[in-house]
Amino acid sequence: MILSILAATPIVGALVLAVLPRGSATGGQMRPKVVALAVSLATLVLSLAVLAQYEPGDGGYQMTEQHTWIAAFGAHYAVGVNGIAITLVLLTTILVPIVVLASFDDRLPDPKGTHAYFAWMLAVEGLALGAFMSMDVFLFYVLFEATLIPLYFLIGSFGGPRRSYAAVKFLIYNLVGGLLMLAAIVGLYVVSSRQGDASYLLSDLKNLDMGQTTERLLFLGFMAAFAIKAPLWPLHTWLPDAAKESTPGTSVLMVSVVDKIGTFGMITWCLNLFPEAADWASPVIIALAVVSIVYGALLAIGQDDIRRLIAFTSVSHFGFIILGIFAFTSTSMAGSTLYMFNHGLSTAALFLVTGIMVSRRGSARISDFGGVQRIAPIMSGVLLLAGLSSLSLPGLAPFVSEFLVLAGTFTVSIPAAAVATLGIVLAALYILIMYQRTMTGPLAPGAEGVTELRPREIAALTPAIMLIIGLGFFPQPVLTAINPAVDAVVTHLGKTDPTPRTPTPIDVPSEQEGGH
Amino acid sequence: MSISTLAAATDLPPIPAADIEYSLIAPLLIVVGAAIVGVLVEAFWPRSSRFAAQAVLACGAIVAALADTVWVYTDLDRVEASLTARGQVAAEGALSIDGPGVFGWGILLVFGLLSMLLFAERRLEGGLSAFTGRAADAPGSPAEADAVQRRLEHSEIFPLALFALVGMMLFATANDLLTMFVALEVLSLPLYILCGLARRRRLLSQEAALKYFLLGAFSSVFFLYGIALAYGYSGSFELSAIDTAVTNRTDSETLLLASIALMAVGLLFKIGAAPFHTWTPDVYQGAPTPVTAFMAAGTKAAAFLALLRVFYVGFGGAQWDWRPTIVAIAIVTMFLGAVVSISQTDVKRMLAYSSIAHAGFLLVGFVGVYAGVAGSDRVTSVSSILFYLAVYGLSSIGAFAIVTLVRDSGGETTHLSKWAGLGRTSPLLAGSFAVFMLSFAGIPLTGGFIGKWGVFSAAYSGGFWWLVVIGVLISALAAYFYVRVIVLMFFTDPVGDGPTVAVPSPLTTVVIVVAVVGTVALGIIPGPVLDLAQHAGAFVR
Repeated sequence: MILSILAATPIVGALVLAVLPRGSATGGQMRPKVVALAVSLATLVLSLAVLAQYEPGDGGYQMTEQHTWIAAFGAHYAVGVNGIAITLVLLTTILVPIVVLASFDDRLPDPKGTHAYFAWMLAVEGLALGAFMSMDVFLFYVLFEATLIPLYFLIGSFGGPRRSYAAVKFLIYNLVGGLLMLAAIVGLYVVSSRQGDASYLLSDLKNLDMGQTTERLLFLGFMAAFAIKAPLWPLHTWLPDAAKESTPGTSVLMVSVVDKIGTFGMITWCLNLFPEAADWASPVIIALAVVSIVYGALLAIGQDDIRRLIAFTSVSHFGFIILGIFAFTSTSMAGSTLYMFNHGLSTAALFLVTGIMVSRRGSARISDFGGVQRIAPIMSGVLLLAGLSSLSLPGLAPFVSEFLVLAGTFTVSIPAAAVATLGIVLAALYILIMYQRTMTGPLAPGAEGVTELRPREIAALTPAIMLIIGLGFFPQPVLTAINPAVDAVVTHLGKTDPTPRTPTPIDVPSEQEGGH
Repeated sequence: MSISTLAAATDLPPIPAADIEYSLIAPLLIVVGAAIVGVLVEAFWPRSSRFAAQAVLACGAIVAALADTVWVYTDLDRVEASLTARGQVAAEGALSIDGPGVFGWGILLVFGLLSMLLFAERRLEGGLSAFTGRAADAPGSPAEADAVQRRLEHSEIFPLALFALVGMMLFATANDLLTMFVALEVLSLPLYILCGLARRRRLLSQEAALKYFLLGAFSSVFFLYGIALAYGYSGSFELSAIDTAVTNRTDSETLLLASIALMAVGLLFKIGAAPFHTWTPDVYQGAPTPVTAFMAAGTKAAAFLALLRVFYVGFGGAQWDWRPTIVAIAIVTMFLGAVVSISQTDVKRMLAYSSIAHAGFLLVGFVGVYAGVAGSDRVTSVSSILFYLAVYGLSSIGAFAIVTLVRDSGGETTHLSKWAGLGRTSPLLAGSFAVFMLSFAGIPLTGGFIGKWGVFSAAYSGGFWWLVVIGVLISALAAYFYVRVIVLMFFTDPVGDGPTVAVPSPLTTVVIVVAVVGTVALGIIPGPVLDLAQHAGAFVR
């Protein structure tokens, strides 16, 4: 019951915002912001209550709730959380208040749209939470696709000059993937109803016998949607445009929260429903993931627009996440799940701090900045910290996850891991070059307006920075929750972790290595 | 001397009185009765209050028929055959009052009621209806000016629409081909007239009516020729007898195929499938918008039920002969509807091409020919199409209702560029239109998504998984132009003086609200309607 309340709270909040009376031109604009912040904080509190009830040692779904929804389709309203889901639920509930607080001063094309802006944000939160918690493919699909509507309006109504182009590109790209997944969903229904009563429950579909060809085709349908969403090279081209034209808050919701549904879906749905097909496709997906890592990093180096740069770094990071998932070792998969959390935090910090820079300078071109450190030391410090976390500096959270992904991948494919390691080197380049050009040196003409962070902005960014540092030193609590769930997936795949080869044979119990 | 002895004496066979199940066909009788009373009202009721009287009569009759339809549906006998079905053949084999047919009556009556409310709207034209004052006047003539001066109105539109409605209902339940042909004509003739009655842009409207009449008459003849050949093949007009003949392959293959092809032409014309779709954009654009709404929802639903009945019941035994062709037609129809609508600049034409694309999606479910298996409640072709028709009709009527409200000094402004920025000035209206667009595009949480899911699953069950993949890809293409309208309304700045959004009377408001609520509700809790469609079972032959 608590999970339903958790997902419903932001949706109800969005509806309240939508009907909230429009105040006067000046005074009335504060109310929707405060209401949105209050709702997102309430959601955070609820998610912490969920966390308090959660038993980290258990790999299965907890706090489950199940009702028949559409009997004719075999669709259920079934929600629950396992270690992977709760990690992403927390990521969402932590990020949304940060985003809402940081978006208070966003200059919207139409100031009358403030209500709608924050209402759509809360709608994204509610739908994403539902998608992370659903245990029924149909419910998952509906929520997954429904997130497109609020994001579409967020990009199209409140973004930059070419926002409507970016919004349409975003929607059509994602819709193509989503509709291919729809074909696969329909296929699952037919296959499952041939073997008795149709059901979309994860628990029923897990052991469905569907024949090799069907399984592979259905897998491809699911994978198409998730690979576009995540995004995996060469299906990533919508992301840089969408990130460039969005407000920083929208970018965070899109990249840090909604795109995670893609990688989350790969683990929860692709691997659980189609284990053999996933195994069959893994060499190709690993290759594409490695290409994503290197390609995203190389293009990030070449960008002059800060927002496009961050978008390409995300393509690179999503490459790591997908690589870890399809390496099929518990180490790499746990690393990937942790990476989703960490990448969400570090990208959010990056998008928000650069968003503040961009709005003060009135330009997103790196070449228009320079020497900002002199006039805004705290801002440059935050940018440096967020940047360093993005390049996985040891001591910051993403390092742990990237290390786990690479360590797990090495045991499976040394070439893939070796090439992927290049991504780390390139990451240092794109972040440090960006930092150097914007922050160091003499103050660039025109950049005088980039003033120091205000207390409210600092308040918004602090939680993200604290978490990045904290989890860098002590990631174990999160891993404790993730590991059992990931082990269950790996076991379902029929994979066992390769025994570490050591120069002198040691008597190693086979299930020992799980952490880092 | 008694009659029997007389008969025996003159050696004449006894002629039994036709056995009509009046209670079963009462909804038909109510509507046709009201239409005839409407004609009398036209003759005898004082002109000052005639329009209102006709509107009340039409709406009242439809509500009564709807209530009776519900009663008939709950009372249908269950037929235990290999497949679940309910209902019976009635009126000496002329009608088949079965689950799908009565479900069809239900949705047709709902569409009819909503359309009548739009017909009766008079606030938008300054106290006059959207129909011309005196249809006989030449456009632009002094007589027309006189009619406008005297504030004349045609109140015959209500009986005409009721006749069309009864034709649609008959078409959906006709069990023999002659009844079906009569129904086709009863449904078409009033619509031809209604199309030509627009108050504004009368030349366009009359052109539309003439086009619709000529092409419609042409397709009716094809249909009639097909009936003749089917009779030649099987020796009967009854679908069940034709089915027996087809299953046993009693006569030449050529005769059968020619009959199937000719009847398909007639039916595909009515549903607006390519390559028989060319009338759709012109007629949808030219007809008065309330009539367009009525046609888009009603004709499509009735024609699809007839198509299902003829091909599943009559020609079911020859499905391997007609399925490949229909697959091709479905692909062409979806593709053409989706691609051509991208280049449209007129809202009504765009909705017309969208209706063509939807005919294609419906055909995808139709070619699945998935009838279900005993003991499983898997979604069948028939139930998925019934659900799709319900959602599509509701959203269409809502969308056309909104078209009537966006106006400038020359009447409705249907040019898309004029709709720019509508989301800023009238967020509620534009938001409602966006809901319909999202439903047409098949985005989850709208009824359109569930409908698409249904027809695709029927096609998949029927073995056409590749057609489903083609269908979803074309859906993405189609989504582009629906989304384009949203972009225009919400993300584009208004150009010059935007159109004004007229404040309608409660009639139109009710229609829009019902359509929006229905579209969303069918997306979130489709269970009840879906179960009803599923419960309708197979056709009774």
